[in-house]
Amino acid sequence: MAIVVQRRDYSLLGAESKRAEEKGLASGEWHQTPIPRKTMKELMKRKDGPAIRDTLIWFIGLIVLGTLAYMSWGTWWAVPAFFLYGIFYATPGDSRWHECGHGTAFKTQWMNDVVYHFACFVILRSATPWRWSHSRHHTDTIIVGRDPEIITARPPVWKILWMQIIHLYGGPIEIKRFILHTFGKLEDQEKEYIPASEHYKVFREARIYMLIFLAVIAACMFTGSILPAMFIILPTFYGFLLVLTFGVTQHLGLYEDVLDHRLNTRTFYTNPIFRFLYWNMNYHTEHHMFPMVPFHALPKLHEEMKHDCPAARPSLGAALKEVIGALRKQKNDPSYVVVKPLPETAIPYRFGPNESNQLRSEA
Amino acid sequence: MAEWVEVCDEDEIDVEDVIRFDEGDRSFAVYRTDKGDYHATDGFCTHGKFHLSEGLVMGKQIECPKHNGRFDIPSGAAVRVPACIDLQTYPVKVEGGMVYIQI
Ligand code: FES
Repeated sequence: MAIVVQRRDYSLLGAESKRAEEKGLASGEWHQTPIPRKTMKELMKRKDGPAIRDTLIWFIGLIVLGTLAYMSWGTWWAVPAFFLYGIFYATPGDSRWHECGHGTAFKTQWMNDVVYHFACFVILRSATPWRWSHSRHHTDTIIVGRDPEIITARPPVWKILWMQIIHLYGGPIEIKRFILHTFGKLEDQEKEYIPASEHYKVFREARIYMLIFLAVIAACMFTGSILPAMFIILPTFYGFLLVLTFGVTQHLGLYEDVLDHRLNTRTFYTNPIFRFLYWNMNYHTEHHMFPMVPFHALPKLHEEMKHDCPAARPSLGAALKEVIGALRKQKNDPSYVVVKPLPETAIPYRFGPNESNQLRSEA
Repeated sequence: MAEWVEVCDEDEIDVEDVIRFDEGDRSFAVYRTDKGDYHATDGFCTHGKFHLSEGLVMGKQIECPKHNGRFDIPSGAAVRVPACIDLQTYPVKVEGGMVYIQI
């Protein structure tokens, strides 16, 4: 007999949102590893240098790979050349969107803003709506009915994950939203987390995006080729692979509805190239617990708090294996989650507002 | 009538730093900016429930620890979203090596 699994309502407008509020999970108080104020102040210090260096590498890399891709157009070499260009376009687009959105990447605020807007277009995320959705994601991380950035429900919707390999799920949703915003409208769900005072910004940004879209379409028609779109807009789709790969490691397969980032957020170690592309967001538990700490200080923050955290997954491969294994199990048992043991030195997990469970592990 | 309340020794707050000060059921954030001058505002961020004393003072701005919203310390004005509502500010004086706020 087939198992019928009841799916929860992940929308921000349904019964789960109310339920989260009643349970004290909305805008809750989260576990924080105690770190001396002096150390924390050092870790929070802002710098321009690392982000300027990385932004220059990003832009120079795009020019070099873009030139190679252009020269290879019309040959089979175009396939790997554009693939690399796409990866180098979309992956830093996603991580720079994220860090500059927090305003921590650069010390100089206008630099954060310029790179934020550039990266938002690159990754096709409207600047203002995503600033607010991400703020809600930090308030209510993986709280069902409250967090607008949950990648997939439990049990997982595999179709979404497959489609996202080339951004075919999220991309069209964003484009549909741009169109709505261009005409001065918002989705009902967006009204939940974007205050009315910010709506005019949403509409203005969407109109600018639309002008760029139209210019690229016109360039394609004028040249009789999709080549212009291969450099702008389309790389967000064909270069999405690493964005998805990194994205699924962040929270999938872990707890929903808890007030402890050690239970719902994953940290893994990885090589310097991936850390450059992902801007150290592999230290994701650290980032969620202390969003004030800039990307360049996350490895140090990790050292400061690892006595209070489950062991980091040793590699991206190990993290992915864990995610895919958990998603497979959740197909039949949506309550399945991965919980790693805490070290002896750790404060016990905090499962809810009044549930500081003395158990150190369940795995 | 607002009264002056003693907060701490003046050198208990570093330059570009903030401390928490609770009086009755009210909570305040007391700052020293990069110029060395003292200021006070309500303790909690107007966007969420987070105490600003956990945040970072940069020049004369305070960044909230939860969502990186920012306020101008002397005026309390919200200067970076998601903080949109200004903070209430309070007069501060330093006398005999002690910091006082008027609440
Ligand atoms: S709680 Fe301060 S910016 Fe959100």
